[in-house]
Amino acid sequence: MQAKGHVFKFGDNVDTDVIIPARYLNSSDPAELAKHCMEDIDRTFIDRVQPGDIIVAEKNFGCGSSREHAPIAIKAAGVSCVIAETFARIFYRNSINIGLPIIECPEAAKGIEAGDEVEIDFDSGMIYNRTKGAQFQGQAFPPFMQKIIAAEGLISYINGKK
Amino acid sequence: MGMTMTQKILAAAAGLSEVKAGQLIEADLNLVLGNDITSPVAIHEMEKLNKKEVFDKDKIALVLDHFVPNKDIKSAEHCKCVREFACKNEVTNFFDVGEMGIEHALLPEKGLVVAGDVVIGADSHTCTYGALGAFSTGVGSTDMAAGMATGKAWFKVPSAIKFELTGRPKKWISGKDVILHIIGMIGVDGALYKSMEFTGDGVANLSMDDRFTIANMAIEAGGKNGIFPVDRAAEQYMKEHSARPYQIYEADPDAEYDETFVIDLSELEPTVAFPHLPENTKTVAEAGEVKIDQVVIGSCTNGRIEDMRVAAEILKGRKVKKGVRCIVIPATQKIYLQAMEEGLLKTFIEAGAVVSTPTCGPCLGGYMGILAAGERCVSTTNRNFVGRMGHVDSEVYLASPAVAAASAVTGKISEPSEIGC
Ligand code: SF4
Repeated sequence: MQAKGHVFKFGDNVDTDVIIPARYLNSSDPAELAKHCMEDIDRTFIDRVQPGDIIVAEKNFGCGSSREHAPIAIKAAGVSCVIAETFARIFYRNSINIGLPIIECPEAAKGIEAGDEVEIDFDSGMIYNRTKGAQFQGQAFPPFMQKIIAAEGLISYINGKK
Repeated sequence: MGMTMTQKILAAAAGLSEVKAGQLIEADLNLVLGNDITSPVAIHEMEKLNKKEVFDKDKIALVLDHFVPNKDIKSAEHCKCVREFACKNEVTNFFDVGEMGIEHALLPEKGLVVAGDVVIGADSHTCTYGALGAFSTGVGSTDMAAGMATGKAWFKVPSAIKFELTGRPKKWISGKDVILHIIGMIGVDGALYKSMEFTGDGVANLSMDDRFTIANMAIEAGGKNGIFPVDRAAEQYMKEHSARPYQIYEADPDAEYDETFVIDLSELEPTVAFPHLPENTKTVAEAGEVKIDQVVIGSCTNGRIEDMRVAAEILKGRKVKKGVRCIVIPATQKIYLQAMEEGLLKTFIEAGAVVSTPTCGPCLGGYMGILAAGERCVSTTNRNFVGRMGHVDSEVYLASPAVAAASAVTGKISEPSEIGC
């Protein structure tokens, strides 16, 4: 599995309240949530993001509330992968459970800038910065999580399990 | 090698004699929790499962608390979805308007969590129940759906940070000051993926309400859970609130910790977290002159009876400063009633505060106290992120009920001693 797109760059501690503000949580429709994705941190994000684009952030991405609406909004906005130095733990497991690819890679978080074109190979965990000609080794998922991702989320994984 | 308290609970729930940090396990669950925001997503996910029935109708708790009584049509529809699901599956612990309270205050009060339990909740502050010596952690809606159907969840066994508490806190210093001090010290990702285990002689000097407040905010340091040893006070609490048997786990003497911090509770001062992160802490003395427009006293962090009592003690015979709105929200119906019987509600109203039915309301910027651009609020809630209580240009300062009440009187961030308390 691969992803390719342009990068939107964010800093430390991007919380789920700015990813999808609580005032929109009276909806659980992915398309509706996507319309307000990142609204409180970057008003222009949703107008600029293209299918396949990639979010790169620094420490503790997705901290705060457990709202699964946050990874759902990001995925529905067309983002193909989130790369961060570290993720908050509930966001991390929610992303795996709904099938949004995420990669922890401190070097990539530092070596990639907004607008760079980045390509990711999920099988190897390799991240290529095509704009700058650099590459980074991201952390690969343990086998247990790979199974959940291969099943495209926890629900199908459970359905497939005997 | 020895195990931490959290590791021992997880090992038992996974049917293993030993677990190590980093190990992936599947554990049996004693309780699966959801609220009016997260449950509808979980219910839709559950519809996609081959097995659509709940694993045990007594081990699921559904609490309508965030946007209820319904704030708008969409909220009403979410609540209806949860209500119908609860009815169809005969969920024993479904709490609707009239019975509900803020989930993390309600569940211990109803005796639904006891020591040794493994609990997941589709709400990040599910870590609150660590005060009772249970392992509890926040998850998302898909985990909740899987938990409701299978009674199991996957976990990566966490390593731990030990917080050794000593001494006795001074007057007006509460669990909120303790946890804000800790988050200020280690940062909002200081305990990322880890357990925060609280130990030491100082624990005995903290009430159960203080411990709930501390465990509640473990997530604000990135923690997977926060947990307290089960002492006489915790046993007493469980005996008063629950008929369920409990199991006490203790950390092994040779358990390994990533770090140990010693905190002398007697040295702590009234503490405030400045916008826009809970780690931006200062003592009130360092805060300088910060004028405010609103005070909120409530939430799953500080909406318990002791919080009401502290706020009332400060507001008794005083007035909320003109130009400041003070909103008091008891966290559950029981607390509301108790506050009424003790005359606390009268004190609040006479002081010029408003008192609301239990709800999360303003804590997450839902309703009942939304801030306009440029407005500032001192709040006993747990998050002060950008836009958390309203406009993106508003500001939330996190503090204890004592500081919040004193600030309501002066109209700026203040500690009780400033008004002669
Ligand atoms: S009171 Fe606030 S933090 Fe607690 S459950 Fe409600 S919204 Fe969440």
